[in-house]
Amino acid sequence: MIEAHIRKVFAGSSGSAPFELNIHVKSDAEITVLFGPSGAGKSLSLDCIAGFVRPDEGRILVDDRLLFDADSGVSLPARERGCGCVFQSESLFPHMNLFENLWFATVRFPRRERPGKVREMLERFHLDELGLRRPHELSGGQRQRGAIARAILSQPSLLLLDEPTRGLDAALRQEFYSLLKEARSAFGIPVVMVTHDVEEALELGVGMHVLVGGRIAQSGTPKEILDAPATAAVARLMGCYNVLQAEVLGLDPATNRSRLRISAGDETRFEIIGPYLPGLMLGAKVQLAVREDEIEFGTAPEGGVKLQLRAVVPLVRGARIELEGGIRVSVPAPPDRDQLRSPVVRFRPQSLRVVKS
Amino acid sequence: MGIDWFPLWLSLRVASLSTLIALLGGLWAAWLLSRKDFRGREFVDAAVTLPLVLPPTVLGYYLLVLLGRAGPIGRLYESIFGEPLVFTWKAAVVAALFHSSPLLIKSARAALESVDPYYEKAARSLGASEWSVFWQISLPLAWNQVLAATALAFARSLGDFGITIMLAGNIPGRTQTVSVAIYDAVEGGRGDVARILVLVISIVALTFLYLANRMARNQFGRAV
Repeated sequence: MIEAHIRKVFAGSSGSAPFELNIHVKSDAEITVLFGPSGAGKSLSLDCIAGFVRPDEGRILVDDRLLFDADSGVSLPARERGCGCVFQSESLFPHMNLFENLWFATVRFPRRERPGKVREMLERFHLDELGLRRPHELSGGQRQRGAIARAILSQPSLLLLDEPTRGLDAALRQEFYSLLKEARSAFGIPVVMVTHDVEEALELGVGMHVLVGGRIAQSGTPKEILDAPATAAVARLMGCYNVLQAEVLGLDPATNRSRLRISAGDETRFEIIGPYLPGLMLGAKVQLAVREDEIEFGTAPEGGVKLQLRAVVPLVRGARIELEGGIRVSVPAPPDRDQLRSPVVRFRPQSLRVVKS
Repeated sequence: MGIDWFPLWLSLRVASLSTLIALLGGLWAAWLLSRKDFRGREFVDAAVTLPLVLPPTVLGYYLLVLLGRAGPIGRLYESIFGEPLVFTWKAAVVAALFHSSPLLIKSARAALESVDPYYEKAARSLGASEWSVFWQISLPLAWNQVLAATALAFARSLGDFGITIMLAGNIPGRTQTVSVAIYDAVEGGRGDVARILVLVISIVALTFLYLANRMARNQFGRAV
């Protein structure tokens, strides 16, 4: 279990605004994902947990072991925190061969046990033939296996991974995900991982925290967050949502419906039927998030809105259609010519989610 | 034509000793400047750089005031070792040290700063002490560039004239280094001696610069 309450302020340098990281993360998940855009403070959070950066305020606990507490002045040095770190795809020491890299992590074992421990770990990670190779003589996947093996060998109580698949291709990423899940269940070490890749978060994350601008914008399981983003920023980060500005024109509790005027982009305005929005007055302005794949698309869906086509982007499965006002629709099969000649979309009321700005 | 090779041997000895001292002290200073965030760091950096930009005679003057027989450090030295420091070959070592160490510290600092901080973080998280991080990670990763900086510092030590002549003087067979000997030969109309010494010292310096460039190349097949 990890519980981290971290506050750290960086004064802005020459004209840039100061940055404040202020997060409270509590997780007993096997794999916790810190997800967010670049500059949100994800890596900084990891640095604070690992002991590379000292927070201004807060408290960090791993399995009831106090790593940092600003009030009592406790701050264990990084080497005593028991956090195994893996950074990106290049964290093996380039001047040591693989065996020496793993040997470096055996300082906590008696000297005579070290060679056996290194060999055992190389075998478990299918690297036993490669001990004498330097990192640049290994493939990306082998390097990453080596980095995980080395981190586990140091007997950590927590594994911290900072964008470990950056620079790996799709196949190697999949290989890495399987490796990480296997290693996690075999060694029982909880993992905290930073990523800005939503697919990766969904693939691995059992618990997920979305960071935006140094704050936790939402916490939950990746599926919960994907299904119901709390804010417009989280919805945008999920990569599959349209965020629309809406004005309430009518509310009808009898039919459980509302009438909304949508503004998208600078010029696109249209009216749609939405869900009943309790607690809102006529004329209220709200932000709505709607998934690209939940918008009906065709030549004449009933009650649809006609929008101009901007572009069609082929996807591995189906296509993404970009319409006026920046509205994007994902369809499972490539659209035919008739559909593209006069595109019409329909927003199902239940697919419109109100999000905070 | 009889050439006295003493100045060349003295220069090589002085440069070797001063480079060794510069390396030991310079590495520590470079590590301090590159890794520790302390008050007055930029001032220390400026003070370390000063000998690179000051005229050698100014530096020589400062050192003469400090290390001369009437200077505070000079008096202390004389009371311990029973002989003055100035106008001995050891003074030439001090002169070469001040001439070359700024270059070494600057280059070693840049070398240490070029080491990817991820490696040091990873090492710390694996349980390594700061001592072990420096000797096993930072220095080996920066080693080629540090060696190159050392070769550069050696080449620079060979060439000092201004500080040496003020601090160690020009005593043939005792404190006359090769650059002073060349000046002396030209002044005395011994052009042939000057030409040979110039040629030899150029070849030695060129060799060290070539080695410095070779060493600065990376050995790991990737940038660190």
